[in-house]
Amino acid sequence: MAATDPMLDSGADFRTRLQAWLPKIVLAPSFAVMVIFVYGFIAFTLYLSFTDSRMLPSYDLVGWQNYERLFRVRQWDTAIINLGIFAGLYIVISTIIGLFLAIFLDQKIRGEGFLRPIFLYPMALSFIVTGTAWKWILDPAIGLEVTMHRWGWESFQFDWIKDSDMAIYTIVIAAVWQSSGFVMAMFLAGLRGIDNEILKAAQMDGASNFQMYRRIILPQLRPAFLSAFVILSHLAIKSYDLVVAMTDGGPGTSTWLPALFMYEYTFTRNQMGIGASSAVIMLMTIAAIMVPYLYAELKEQK
Amino acid sequence: MAVASSDTAIRSSNVTRTFIYLFLLLFALFYLMPLVIMVLNSLKPLSEITSGGMIAMPREWTIEPWLSAWSTAQIGVEPTGLRPYFINSIAMAVPAVAISTVAGALNGYVLTKWHFRGATWIFGLLLFSCFIPFQIVLIPMARILGLLEIAGTTYGLILVHVVYGIGFSTLYFRNYYAAFPTELVRAAQIDGAGFFQIFWRIMLPSSGPIIAVCCIWQFTNIWNDFLFGASFASGDAAPMTVALNNLVNSSTGERPYNVHFAGAIMAAGPTLLVYIVAGRYFVRGLMAGSVKG
Amino acid sequence: MTLMKKVYTGAAVLALSTTAISSVASAQEVEVLHWWTSGGEAAALNVLREDLAGGGIGWTDMPVAGGGGSDAMTVLRARVTAGDPPTAVQMLGFAIQDWAAEGALADLNALAEEQNWNEVVPEALQRFSTYEGNWVAAPVNVHSTNWVWANTALMEELGIEQPETWEDFVAALQTAQDAGYTALAHGGQAWQDATVFDSIAMGAGGPEFYQAAFVDLDPDALGGAEMVEAFNRMATLRGFVDDNFSGRDWNLASAMVINGEALFQIMGDWAKGEFVNAGLTAGEEFQCFRVPGSEGTVTFNSDQFAMFNVDDEGDQASQVAMASAVMSPEFQIAFNVVKGSAPARTDIDASAFDACGQAAMADLAAAGEAGTLFGSMAHGHANPPSIQNAMYDVITAHFNGEFDAETAAAEMVTAVELAQ
Repeated sequence: MAATDPMLDSGADFRTRLQAWLPKIVLAPSFAVMVIFVYGFIAFTLYLSFTDSRMLPSYDLVGWQNYERLFRVRQWDTAIINLGIFAGLYIVISTIIGLFLAIFLDQKIRGEGFLRPIFLYPMALSFIVTGTAWKWILDPAIGLEVTMHRWGWESFQFDWIKDSDMAIYTIVIAAVWQSSGFVMAMFLAGLRGIDNEILKAAQMDGASNFQMYRRIILPQLRPAFLSAFVILSHLAIKSYDLVVAMTDGGPGTSTWLPALFMYEYTFTRNQMGIGASSAVIMLMTIAAIMVPYLYAELKEQK
Repeated sequence: MAVASSDTAIRSSNVTRTFIYLFLLLFALFYLMPLVIMVLNSLKPLSEITSGGMIAMPREWTIEPWLSAWSTAQIGVEPTGLRPYFINSIAMAVPAVAISTVAGALNGYVLTKWHFRGATWIFGLLLFSCFIPFQIVLIPMARILGLLEIAGTTYGLILVHVVYGIGFSTLYFRNYYAAFPTELVRAAQIDGAGFFQIFWRIMLPSSGPIIAVCCIWQFTNIWNDFLFGASFASGDAAPMTVALNNLVNSSTGERPYNVHFAGAIMAAGPTLLVYIVAGRYFVRGLMAGSVKG
Repeated sequence: MTLMKKVYTGAAVLALSTTAISSVASAQEVEVLHWWTSGGEAAALNVLREDLAGGGIGWTDMPVAGGGGSDAMTVLRARVTAGDPPTAVQMLGFAIQDWAAEGALADLNALAEEQNWNEVVPEALQRFSTYEGNWVAAPVNVHSTNWVWANTALMEELGIEQPETWEDFVAALQTAQDAGYTALAHGGQAWQDATVFDSIAMGAGGPEFYQAAFVDLDPDALGGAEMVEAFNRMATLRGFVDDNFSGRDWNLASAMVINGEALFQIMGDWAKGEFVNAGLTAGEEFQCFRVPGSEGTVTFNSDQFAMFNVDDEGDQASQVAMASAVMSPEFQIAFNVVKGSAPARTDIDASAFDACGQAAMADLAAAGEAGTLFGSMAHGHANPPSIQNAMYDVITAHFNGEFDAETAAAEMVTAVELAQ
């Protein structure tokens, strides 16, 4: 990597050369750490996925056997489909709720300083902390349903967490609860950064509120949308605590997600080879989504 | 407490405003629900909970569960409560947050102001590393910690958190510094200021908001981590989340839910405090640049 | 300056870490990885700690709760990979065998011979405590899993006698359901579904079938008529649980029996602790009896302390001292009275135990004699974890209505094949 820094041409003494190299020296530790602890480990996982590793890593290659088995395991299909449902709904709903909360909170609301931490605090809690509370709220015999009955709304029904087909949606609810406030903060920051003069000018021209939001404000929030997307998709893919705390994959195996699958097979079931192959598939999926996005983003900024 | 917007151009009718207030209040209730349930149940005797009064005001108020969770509950063989583990978590989180933030700031500075060939690639690789599922790194990481002879210690845990925190901290600082006028840096350079002088005198003083964002984010993630804490530092060095898990997650023992909830709120205390106290700097910090793509 | 700081912090981390390692005391000490963290059981384990402290042996506690020990096993793997295994680890069934096969476990033969473990520990347990004829673990307890827990007052109110056969059992459940009670208190979690299935399969097919299907993994047994019958019986039971069973913790299911909302619960003997804590007495306010059809057999799981290979002689001596303390009648009584399980030795005086505990000890000794003592499939004592969990998937899917009995039996064959 040749230095393109202008300083290099102006002098050749040691100090100047050091200055020219300093940026790279400073970046080097992070780079080295990343190469070893992220990409090295990914390579290791890739290797494991072709071995007959069970309880501990083994180095005997078995070809594609783990992948063949992986795609015959029913829960893997469940996990992949669930991730699709979960990630899709979670990202879209969190973004919508976050956006509306931000827009509404931006209307010179009394008590904003009081409301904002309420919207934001769930992000501070791990599901080891809130899991039991959520389980109870969603449990029809203890939580929302029976409380509504007690208050006189007899026909109220909310038993999704007990229903194999619907349970994944309760996971979405809890996940949205956790991060939509965070998304709100990002949009709020974006809204506050918009130049008011432009809006005033538009208003002079007779634009309605709706038009102003659609034509001027939302397009300006593009960076916030993108940051929200990155953070939410990263949280969706890593969702593990959430599922373990709320349903532990149940009823049946209906709320398995790939992260849970990976942990179960690698550590609980002593089938490290299959666990590794599932991790590889997952990483490839992430790469397929993220790489084009990163490419577009970074190319644009150069 | 509103930031910056003293004069919004958007005007709305009273009906709309009423609707907006209702909407916001409804969501506030939704967000508060789990916490309220936790607090209420931590203040009632266990018999009220198991007899079915999970979502009800306590008939008899008690702070016994809180005292028990803090100092007498059984975490391991000794009835220590959560107290000793609180200190472990602080000893782990503070250095890990500090180091990863400093590293992120330097990386962000280099990547934006000292652009060289391949820098974009490096940033791309760093960013992608945020997405690595932590489950796959456990075994190789254990091996490396063993080789470094820091397995099972707080230092090992700090290293792990720094390693996997750098991706996000770099992302935050890079995006923030990307919006920082490069001309200022060039001018200082012409005046003969060196690499670190520029960072120290020009970049850092204006980095307050993003440091707040980065610290809040890192602190929350590191404090709440369970997987690494359990795998690399259980026993005497165990962080709060591992102790909490031991308290609430025993498989075949009795379950004093009220103590569990008291312990859970305690474990969440520092992150809650950070969000409530520093929350507005958070929005301000995000506003100051990190959302600008 | 900042660079120096960075270098310095890095160096400090390394420097501090080496001092941390070298400061580990060389005095006699055991480091114990376990998941007994709830009040009663942790207090019972403290008996062991104090016992060892009396002999000048320190105790470093390493509790990791969660997932019935699976989180602790993950931690163990990290520790072993790091080259720093704990000295003693609580383990269940096949995990002991797996680690012994890796050559990671220490040899306790000398102590076992001296204390005559071969005679006092039932053979079905030795299957797990020994590897290739060598003792590698000291068993702490025997939980038997085929128990029904019943509310006495409710049985009397409904005029129900203790059922002797499957048909009586179903009739009793029907009576309770008709009277508006929850007949069977159950929590719909995979391991609880499997715990029930364990006893039901034993009842439906008998010991030979159990051996063939769950231990020998014979496809004919796995997909056979007895298996279909077992699944049919599970479907019958499914009709007797309340609508709300899914995801419920087992102890909340126990609370339903305790509070008189439900008649029976099928659960291992750790459930007894819940009844006792609620102030009920075994044989009086609550009853325990074997799941009808499975009388005369005992399906069990057994917690054991496996000792890992350590180089230091002081540590080896502490391991032997710890194993000896675990096997001592005093600890076996103190621990198991609290835990609800039966002692792992069959030569222990039962007078300290309550009615259910005494019944468990008698059943255990009898089943040990008759060869009808079986490791529980649901609790990882019949087959390795990969197969156990594959079976869980099918059982729980069937119980939640995804399969009918015939499909479930066929799925059982496929799932086991894939997991092997």
